Amino acid sequence: MTLTLSKKMAEFTSRLETPQNNYQQAAAERLENMDFPSTRDEYWKYTRLGKITNTAFELGTKLTKTDISSFQTCDNIITIAQGEIRDDLSSFNDLSIVVERSFPGQFGVNNVRNEEKATIFTTINDAYFREEVVITIPKNTVLSAPLQVLVLHEGDQIINMPRLRVVAEGSSEATIIMTTGCQDNYTQFSNCLIELDVAANAKLTFQNVQTGNDNHLTITTIDARQAADSRLAVNTFTLNGLLVRNNVNIAVDGQNCETHMNGMLVTKGKQHVDNHTFVDHKVSNCFSNENYKYVLDDQSTGVFNGKVIVRKDAQVINAYQNNGNILLSDQASVDSKPELEIYADDVKCSHGSTTGQLDENALFYLQTRGISKEKSEKILVGAFIGDVMETIEDEATNQYIKNHLQEVHGWDSDIEI
Amino acid sequence: MSKILIDIKNLHAEIEDEGKKILKGLNLTVKAGEVHAIMGPNGAGKSTLASVVSGKDGYEVTEGSVEMDGKDLLELDPDERAKEGLFLAFQYPVEIPGVSNINFLRTAINEIKEYRGEEAVSAKDFMSMVREKSKLVELDSKLASRAVNEGFSGGEKKRNEIFQMAMLEPKVAILDETDSGLDIDALRIVAAGVNKLRNENNAVIVITHYQRLLDYIVPDFVHVLADGKIVKTGDKSLALELEEKGYDWLTTENA
Ligand SMILES: Nc1ncnc2c1ncn2[C@@H]1O[C@H](COP(=O)(O)OP(=O)(O)O)[C@@H](O)[C@H]1O
Ligand SMILES: [Mg+2]
Repeated sequence: MTLTLSKKMAEFTSRLETPQNNYQQAAAERLENMDFPSTRDEYWKYTRLGKITNTAFELGTKLTKTDISSFQTCDNIITIAQGEIRDDLSSFNDLSIVVERSFPGQFGVNNVRNEEKATIFTTINDAYFREEVVITIPKNTVLSAPLQVLVLHEGDQIINMPRLRVVAEGSSEATIIMTTGCQDNYTQFSNCLIELDVAANAKLTFQNVQTGNDNHLTITTIDARQAADSRLAVNTFTLNGLLVRNNVNIAVDGQNCETHMNGMLVTKGKQHVDNHTFVDHKVSNCFSNENYKYVLDDQSTGVFNGKVIVRKDAQVINAYQNNGNILLSDQASVDSKPELEIYADDVKCSHGSTTGQLDENALFYLQTRGISKEKSEKILVGAFIGDVMETIEDEATNQYIKNHLQEVHGWDSDIEI
Repeated sequence: MSKILIDIKNLHAEIEDEGKKILKGLNLTVKAGEVHAIMGPNGAGKSTLASVVSGKDGYEVTEGSVEMDGKDLLELDPDERAKEGLFLAFQYPVEIPGVSNINFLRTAINEIKEYRGEEAVSAKDFMSMVREKSKLVELDSKLASRAVNEGFSGGEKKRNEIFQMAMLEPKVAILDETDSGLDIDALRIVAAGVNKLRNENNAVIVITHYQRLLDYIVPDFVHVLADGKIVKTGDKSLALELEEKGYDWLTTENA
């Protein structure tokens, strides 16, 4: 039994070379004792990983298609291509930020994630990432414009390990828009690891705009921690990708914090999109709110799992959760599960989950005004996802998402969202 | 002689899932320039007629035909019927949160124009149209730009229906109980709006069960729909007679 399991891992890593540094060699060793999760594993119950685990990926080589114009939505941009920052495709002079690269050779035992936070995918990232990009928003700095982080992939059967750390220092304010793009339509697996460190009184908005390609595979893990009086929003927009799994883990370590998570996805074909969120309320007097809207078409499948823990002694916590799903086809499906663990008593927690079709009467009403059924459906879908779309304040990014709804999902440009 | 805009022949329709027969051989011919009133007891099938003519799912036409201006309507999707010039003012207008009234109307007008091979309306022309037409039914222009019918009062919803009719300029408009829930002032406003939209090239079918509305929108013909058929047709004096005598004398006479 163990033999076949390790064989799978051996095959998966067969085309990957372990770099010669202590940190990554130790990670590679840890991997030897790990195996890919199956659907028997509660955390992966509804997501089959075969598309990832049965492929021997290679690390991406230097990007050849360097035109980023179709992805760029912000003047200030950092491009991480094939897991490495590209200075020639980055420019952020308008912003008072510090951008550093830190290499695995510089990593030590302090950087090893504790067992609770380490998964097989973060460990794979540990073992094979090329560099970590660290963006620091210095103390008291309010960014004048959003910063785009463009994560690019290229080539067939490629694995990339984008790794990003955002340090929002005390009382800083920033919006970071991460956009994932593919330069071709081949299969790339983005095993992405992001850490967000939000210091006291800081405000950080992190937009995750996933516009891979039809064959794109990604496991994106966002680990965030919030110090007192901070505000963090992590918003996820999934517009493409064959297999998408997002883990958003937010540890609220300080009091008087505000935490927002919003998500929107529109699927087609056989896409599978899984959002797992986890808010850990460790201390008192905090607020968290989460709102995920799914629109699933064709044979696509969606998973939403929203976990909230309110620890003992974390009093006066308000935690809200909503997941709304619209199935546009009989063959589309969704598994939605709230997971609330509440160990304190002065807590307001609520969750709601709805799954259904579009309102037939509304659809007919629009049609009787001369709008085709297809377009009427899209108008109603646009209204359904409207509240999540509103969380994108940046006009160009909003337009970028609309463009994808047009190109990937056949929307018309005149549909208001 | 003016041309026939709506020609309904021997229409039979039933509820798809239950097989319950609602329309049982209905005939109605409406010519350009005419106003027809359809009256009848609750549950007679008036709204069903409106639904079937406009193409709502869930009804099966088992016999008969519906033509509009020579086109077979039953062959067309609901939006195509609208593009051909049909309009339905709903008895119960639907609230559509998140969809702006004027944005969807603009989409509708442009789709209709595209279908007819006409040029799209410019934003400026569209807005002046909105101003002009909302005045017609005294619909607050703020309401015009809110989400479709969301939080509108009953009267506002009905005025919004006529506002949309004014924007879309249909050949044939079916007004399903547009008077219900309106106070007398609102009724006058709505009726005046409809009267302004009437001309020799279009036609209006007014479904109501009160004679009251017909004082303001004066019909050329009054039909009584009972048990899925037109059981009596007369001029506007029939409405007064119905007001006095009710419908029983007609339904029993026919039984
Ligand atoms: N979708 C439906 N499902 C079941 N019964 C229906 C449906 N639509 C209409 N009916 C029935 O058909 C009959 C006619 O209804 P309707 O056309 O609304 O009458 P009216 O508008 O004349 O009051 C009623 O008995 C009503 O209950
Ligand atoms: Mg009715």
